[in-house]
Amino acid sequence: MAASLRSSKGAPYARILGTGGYRPQRVVPNEEILKHIDSSDEWIRSRSGIVTRHWANDDETVAEMSLAAAGKALADAGIGPEQVGAVVVSTVSHFMQTPSVATEIAHRLGTGKAAAFDISAACAGFGYGLAVAKGMVVEGSAEYVVVIGVERLSELTDREDRSTAFLFGDGAGAVVVGPSDVPAMGPTVWGSEGDKADVIEQTTPWTAYRDGEVARFPALRQEGQTVFRWAVFEMAKVAAQALEAAGITPEELDAFIPHQANMRIIDSLAKTLKLPEHVAIARDVETTGNTSAASIPLAMERMLATGQAKSGDTALLIGFGAGLVYAATVVTLP
Amino acid sequence: MAATKEEIIAGLAEIVNEIAGIPTEDVAEDKSFTDDLDVDSLSMVEVVVAAEERFDVKIPDDDVKGLKTVGDATNYILEHQS
Repeated sequence: MAASLRSSKGAPYARILGTGGYRPQRVVPNEEILKHIDSSDEWIRSRSGIVTRHWANDDETVAEMSLAAAGKALADAGIGPEQVGAVVVSTVSHFMQTPSVATEIAHRLGTGKAAAFDISAACAGFGYGLAVAKGMVVEGSAEYVVVIGVERLSELTDREDRSTAFLFGDGAGAVVVGPSDVPAMGPTVWGSEGDKADVIEQTTPWTAYRDGEVARFPALRQEGQTVFRWAVFEMAKVAAQALEAAGITPEELDAFIPHQANMRIIDSLAKTLKLPEHVAIARDVETTGNTSAASIPLAMERMLATGQAKSGDTALLIGFGAGLVYAATVVTLP
Repeated sequence: MAATKEEIIAGLAEIVNEIAGIPTEDVAEDKSFTDDLDVDSLSMVEVVVAAEERFDVKIPDDDVKGLKTVGDATNYILEHQS
């Protein structure tokens, strides 16, 4: 006979309590990208909307950028590090397989012995992290969770590939998720499509480079048209599902914060979703580039800092990327 | 009922006008999407998806690369529409 187990009891609901971002000091304009590819500033702007991006210096490591972003998020939330029960880090560009970078961040933030782990869900990683954090808060395994998206994609960029050299940037974005008396994070609509694994991928495994099978360090490559079609038209359906799941109509929405992949995707996605005029749309990609897991929290932080969105606003978030993977949810902004 | 060649060209002209802002009368069979109609590779995806909906046809990504001119797209739709 199975013994009766006691279960944990968390908060009735979860919410995002604070945000923080870190953009590396070095701003890289298109002119610098053009030293290595046969293209033009006009071509890059028309295809991607990107004018500048930030690339990290040697001392702006994944851990250092994360610490800066997480520290700001904790201060914004008014939460002390000792109250943090878990640290979840989403990244594909931390070049140390083990231990996870989350444990170093948890330790250096001063969380004591908070649970800490990395997740790998590419450009959907922040949404995956939010879903996990919300689960922890509601289930009771952590009262406050720091969720970080961080990348140094400059290291996975083929500077000589004219279709991707200009796309990627570095940075970290963080939020603190904690208890709420009212619903402030809608259901997550997420999934994976492993049959499309080759649409966005690392060119070769690390071992192929180690073994001399390839001369070039691995980089990110993608099928541009296929990604564009999926990101705009399939993700519009997922975004609509997230709205419906949260019981929010487009008219009730204040902000749309999609993964900052490319301005063309953002614009087409917004158009396909037929968002009302009043909805503020995140366009941080213009000066930040595509920072994968970091892009949504960075864009969120900038919208709140510039007044494009304000505390209490209802925002639709959607991340999508290599896997292929995706995650969409509606949240109340902190 | 399947669309005629003239209807497909007229439909594509409306789609290209909507997406790239090119006047419908400029969209003719011999025009190249990229070189003549200001439709770049990403806009081409939008044209293709709009054409799929309008003409009830599936145009896989691998086939999109072969559609250089309005005539190519028209013939493809004529052959594949259900």
